[in-house]
Amino acid sequence: MSRGPRLTGTARGRGVISPASGGTFPEERLPELYRLMLDVRVMDERCLTLQRQGRIGFYVPLQGQEAAQIGCAAALSPDDWLFPAYRELGVALARGIPTQLLLDQFIGNAGDTLKGRQMPNHYGYRRYKFVTASSPVGTQISHAVGTAMAAQRRGEPIVTVAFFGDGTTSSNDFHAGLNFGGVFRTPTIFFCQNNQWAISLPRAKQTRSETLAEKATAYGFPGVVVDGTDVRAVYRAVAEARARALGGEGPTLIEAQVYRLGPHSTSDDPRRYRTDAELAEWKEKDPVARLKHELLSSGRLTEADDRALWEAARARLAAALDAAEKTPAVDPLTLFDDVFEARTPQLENERAGFEELLKAGVLHP
Amino acid sequence: MSELTLVQAVNHALLEAMRSDPDVLVLGEDVGLNGGVFRATDGLIKEFGPDRVIDTPLSETGIVGTAIGMALYGLKPVAEIQFLDFIYPAFDQIVSEAAKFRYRSGGQYPCPLVIRSPYGGGVKGGLYHSQSSEAYFAHTAGLKVVIPSTPADAKGLLLSAIHDPDPVIFLEPKRIYRSVTGEVPDGDVRLPLGAARTVREGSAVSVFAYGAMVPVAEEAAKAVAADGTGVDLIDLRSLVPLDEAAVIRSVEKTGRAVIVHEAPRFCGFGAELAALIAERALYSLKAPIARVTGYDTPFPYALEHLYLPTAERVAHAIRSTVRAG
Repeated sequence: MSRGPRLTGTARGRGVISPASGGTFPEERLPELYRLMLDVRVMDERCLTLQRQGRIGFYVPLQGQEAAQIGCAAALSPDDWLFPAYRELGVALARGIPTQLLLDQFIGNAGDTLKGRQMPNHYGYRRYKFVTASSPVGTQISHAVGTAMAAQRRGEPIVTVAFFGDGTTSSNDFHAGLNFGGVFRTPTIFFCQNNQWAISLPRAKQTRSETLAEKATAYGFPGVVVDGTDVRAVYRAVAEARARALGGEGPTLIEAQVYRLGPHSTSDDPRRYRTDAELAEWKEKDPVARLKHELLSSGRLTEADDRALWEAARARLAAALDAAEKTPAVDPLTLFDDVFEARTPQLENERAGFEELLKAGVLHP
Repeated sequence: MSELTLVQAVNHALLEAMRSDPDVLVLGEDVGLNGGVFRATDGLIKEFGPDRVIDTPLSETGIVGTAIGMALYGLKPVAEIQFLDFIYPAFDQIVSEAAKFRYRSGGQYPCPLVIRSPYGGGVKGGLYHSQSSEAYFAHTAGLKVVIPSTPADAKGLLLSAIHDPDPVIFLEPKRIYRSVTGEVPDGDVRLPLGAARTVREGSAVSVFAYGAMVPVAEEAAKAVAADGTGVDLIDLRSLVPLDEAAVIRSVEKTGRAVIVHEAPRFCGFGAELAALIAERALYSLKAPIARVTGYDTPFPYALEHLYLPTAERVAHAIRSTVRAG
């Protein structure tokens, strides 16, 4: 799994991105990206525990996908608009979204920008151009296309990035979104993390296509496969796709091949559908361990440095969690806000009735 | 003022909005060169070009999803769904995305877009060119549902919908697209969403209708006026937000209520109106609430004249209600 960007379906002349024309990776950023990956791993592990302890309601882990997400985010501009699915913690942290803000969302407290409206993982922050996710898969893909069209119309040189998984390539909106992106040649990157499993359905049963990337051919733009455990390869592919997009050459579909080392979500038990042997094989390619090994062997990191990094990351997370857990609960009356910009007479009536029930002690905040 | 048909009034509203606000654009199937299959977008591409009058691939979910992306960025897209019967592939985008964006983001991402669609029967359209599925959308928190019945309302309400900060499902009664003409104010004259219109005043019975059922109810009201029965006819104009005060005020005045819509009866919007009246004006009622609606069958082709409420059927229900108490 060390291959970089490659042509898809080369025998039939498909695809246009070649490894030689790929973006170059800024080597000096490698330690920074490792620290980010480590932060993601620390937070991801902790959140799984928090859910088991009943301190957050739900969690969608991303172990195994850190390099794909960090590599992608690192190649983008802070002005680019991101349309995540619900497994993009790595992208969120790389974007600079504060840990406590995310934990506030997971808890659904008064500090949550989303006002406690969504399950964990479905966060979004306009300030970070990280659009609020939903649970239906694929719906965000055409949003990314529409936003790209809007930015083009305003003459603003940004790209939009839609994040999704292998299962989403079977959805209506994958087809509609990529087709619209192709027809309107939008500056969009369709970033697919093929983590091999859509809950219990393996990649091979999702589509008869040899790769997911080759589906781009039908929409008239290039698709590339990259090793998603290789942060450099992902960075280069995204940088190249971004350059194409800004150059008016339209979208790219990137298939980052990764493996979901953990469960689909905290409600899932992957032992029901996949083997320990398969998991063990992919654990060998753990992107965090892989990058650590490289930094160690090239002398850019020592074991002592590494231990200090992990400890510091855990300490930062513990402090953020402590602050998040001390934040007050969300105000019940906000239930009726933001359905519309202004409450309708119907909502005013309901809100008044709700408030009476609270005052009468029939409802317990 | 100009004398316009309802579909011309829609066209004028789009023209007016696009002239006054460069963020307004239209997208949909055949809306460009062809001017829309009902010609609602006729001529727009000549004035505004293909970047603002966008012919899209044939995918309703793509149209609405793309429009949502534009709205998130700050544009004001007006998406056309060619027939309401074809909106279902976009249902997920409408109810899971457009309706919920503002709420689920804690107010960070408003989603101001309009989805226009011709709807309703009376054009020999059979199952798939006749449906009235407004109740699905009225049932979804976060969507406004607006239905004009006159050319002036079509223009004034559509202008308000386009400039509304939230997603609006704007349903155009295609049966009366061209059958009625009326005086329509020139310029950017908007009508508020959520304000019902009293079509005619009477004290014997309240009749509530919207869309193509308004002229049907009006004809019925004229027929019973000959018997001396005065109908207070209310055109709701907007199902969400609903002008509850106008409904209650009218029932308190007349003590009788007849609700007319062409959608199927079961869980139709009339059920919500009946519940509202029962909850808030029960003691004013002198007779049971009556509903005159489509039947709980798919929309028929050959028998549509029997399926759709007619003026005679509405008049019959009015007379029965008045006789009942």
